[in-house]
Amino acid sequence: MKHTLKVIGAALALSLSSSVFSAETYQIDKKGMHAFIEFKIKHLGYSWLKGRFNDFDGTITYDEKSPNASAVNVSIKTSSVDSNHAERDQHLRGKDFLNVKKHPTATFKSTNVTSKGKGKVDITGDLSLNGVTKSVVINASEIGGGSDPWGGFRRGFEGTTEFKLKDFDINFNLGPASETVLLELYVEGIRQ
Amino acid sequence: MNQYHTPQKLLHWVSAIIILSLFALGVWMRTLDYYSSWYQTAPDIHKSFGIVLILIFFARLFFRLKLPSPTPLSNHKAWEIKIAHLTHFAMYLLLTSILISGFLIGTADNRGIEVFGLFEVPALFTPFAEQEEIAGAVHEWAAYILIGLVTLHVAGALKHHLIDKDQTLKRML
Repeated sequence: MKHTLKVIGAALALSLSSSVFSAETYQIDKKGMHAFIEFKIKHLGYSWLKGRFNDFDGTITYDEKSPNASAVNVSIKTSSVDSNHAERDQHLRGKDFLNVKKHPTATFKSTNVTSKGKGKVDITGDLSLNGVTKSVVINASEIGGGSDPWGGFRRGFEGTTEFKLKDFDINFNLGPASETVLLELYVEGIRQ
Repeated sequence: MNQYHTPQKLLHWVSAIIILSLFALGVWMRTLDYYSSWYQTAPDIHKSFGIVLILIFFARLFFRLKLPSPTPLSNHKAWEIKIAHLTHFAMYLLLTSILISGFLIGTADNRGIEVFGLFEVPALFTPFAEQEEIAGAVHEWAAYILIGLVTLHVAGALKHHLIDKDQTLKRML
């Protein structure tokens, strides 16, 4: 009897806490690949070069009521860089840029999420790239969310951030107009 | 007649010039700054002459199999003949892998190789994933080993010419 009461008590405590703390975990839809990690950098200052990473995974903890309690964790396989040109991709994987043999994964771990209202959040976090870890801020917003036609629940976010290649010890000279790389993220998560 | 035939000599020396130039060009072009005016032309020239070398290589193989090679000179020692044959065989093997891997780098993701801006050799096959990575590593390492063997090959020829003072080198002149 005492044992049963304990179980009921624990269950109550759990349900109570989960109603107070309603953060949900979303897994990036890697299987259906509804997520894109893209980058762009000025080419000579005249145009943009775009590329993306094809292999990554991660989770988003999202709390609609208190977005500040949200968290993001992503890891990217750096060798999956793809700029639609094999020889350039090989160069990007090499020592001049991503050094993928030495640093096969890049990670982003959020440290602080600040809501700016209207579904917009600033995600501050540690970006580890090419063996260097630095804090960056992703300006993110929720695109939408709801039930999907296949029995699940999804939410989509987009975000942008930028940083200087030099900050991550990538020193190949692409010219004065091409020192900053912009990241564009489009991520769809499936609620777990 | 204990001499190489004229087409063999011609192709040998033309190959030698192209191979050494391609090696130097290949090493140099990878050090170029993005804003160097050679950044795009150097690889284009390297690839164009690479295709020329493939054609020459086929011609050399043809003559190698069709025409008899000179027999070793009477003063050649057994170990010298053995090393010379091994070096020749290894150089052919390495050159084959360099030419194939070079072609695979240039044609990764199905791009053709433009030859002197005149015509394009299409990608014939894309055998494996991350083709440019594997082919790139093979191309680089095989090239360095080949140049090592070329040094041995040249040292051997010079040794016969200057120290032994025999006809070995003259058969190729």
